[in-house]
Amino acid sequence: MLSVQVEKTLGDFRLDIAFASESGATVLFGPSGTGKTSIINMIAGLLRPDRGRIALDDTVLFDSAAGIDVPPHRRRVGYVFQEGRLFPHLSVKSNLDYGRWMGGHAADPVAFAHVVDLLDIGALLARRPGKLSGGERQRVAIGRALLSRPRLLLLDEPLASLDAGRKAEILPYLERLRDDAQVPMIYVSHDATEVKRIASDVVRIEGGRVAATGGVELLG
Amino acid sequence: MLELSPQDWIAVRLSLRIALVATAVSLPFGIAMAYLLARKNFWGKSLVDALIHLPLVLPPVVTGYLLLIAVGRKAPFGAFLADNFGIVFSFRWTGAALACGIMAFPLLVRPIRLSIEAIDAKLEDAASTLGASRLWVFVTVTLPLALPGIIAGTMLGFAKALGEFGATITFVSNIPGETQTISAAIYTLTQVPDGDSAALQLVIVSIVISIAALVAAEWFARRAAARLHGN
Repeated sequence: MLSVQVEKTLGDFRLDIAFASESGATVLFGPSGTGKTSIINMIAGLLRPDRGRIALDDTVLFDSAAGIDVPPHRRRVGYVFQEGRLFPHLSVKSNLDYGRWMGGHAADPVAFAHVVDLLDIGALLARRPGKLSGGERQRVAIGRALLSRPRLLLLDEPLASLDAGRKAEILPYLERLRDDAQVPMIYVSHDATEVKRIASDVVRIEGGRVAATGGVELLG
Repeated sequence: MLELSPQDWIAVRLSLRIALVATAVSLPFGIAMAYLLARKNFWGKSLVDALIHLPLVLPPVVTGYLLLIAVGRKAPFGAFLADNFGIVFSFRWTGAALACGIMAFPLLVRPIRLSIEAIDAKLEDAASTLGASRLWVFVTVTLPLALPGIIAGTMLGFAKALGEFGATITFVSNIPGETQTISAAIYTLTQVPDGDSAALQLVIVSIVISIAALVAAEWFARRAAARLHGN
């Protein structure tokens, strides 16, 4: 279980958020510019909250009162960015292996084959990110995050940079990922139709605050 | 054709050795400095920036003289280095390498700094979420992506070190076989009667080395760029 309670002032915008996520896919839903990305950046350790506490199961990732701030590379949180952020100088295969190398794990051909199958990226392994389409790039980015053995997967509008056709291409993979259910997901989106198929819980964010929590009915 | 005297050859070899050592030794410092200037904010940053650019704008003689005052045999720091570590710069080829390294430093740092600034810091964030510590992010993401700039900086620094004259001759003089580089040898030849043809020979060698360095750097830079942008 992930529990988040954070406060952060960004310029004249104030973020004051508290929510918990049990499992499956929790969607942080709300219009653009309401601080959703900042929230998952704080969970990943890329942005430091002013105050608060973030805990994943029984591991405290951040606690301002106790002076705990685990650096991002020790949080074991997989992050799928809006723009993919694949390493341009590495092949797709090396991008996928990157998290395993950094974690110092031995090769796990079964896990690798499973993720490659799940995302259908077997044909892309030898290519460079520069030669991939937008949809392929996002699938590889999802695979790369999964193969770093995360305890939690963060997805920041992973489909936002894609056109409708490409979105439809990736959505089924995300559904499979949720039903695979080995890793809980936090999914940020402003697009209700996109996340309707994926969400198990919804946290609606408005103006830097939690406006409501519940199920898919919140997606209106 | 080229007919270099043994002394000329000594000057050519010495120039290459001095320029190579100066470039190789300053490269790690140059990369570290470029990274600090590109990625970090710290107190006194603009002062540090101005200091490393100083050799570019100061008269080389002034830089050479400052070195003499700072690390010459009779200077307190120079004596300290000589007594405790056996490191002597004055009137040695190592001193020439030090002078060349300092003169070349701003030219070495600038392209590396620009290429690091051009790297999307978000890629470094992505690497950290995948479990890479800061050092590993630097080694596996920042360094390879900055490679074209590192090659350009190395090449510029080497070219500058190879041609350096003013600071070197002021600091370590013009001793054949120890501190007399190609430039100093050419200068010496122009000061004696009938030295012109011998000077011209060294001028040709100097041009050939410079062009070879340019071509090599271009080739490496192309390969690096090709690697970065996929096959």
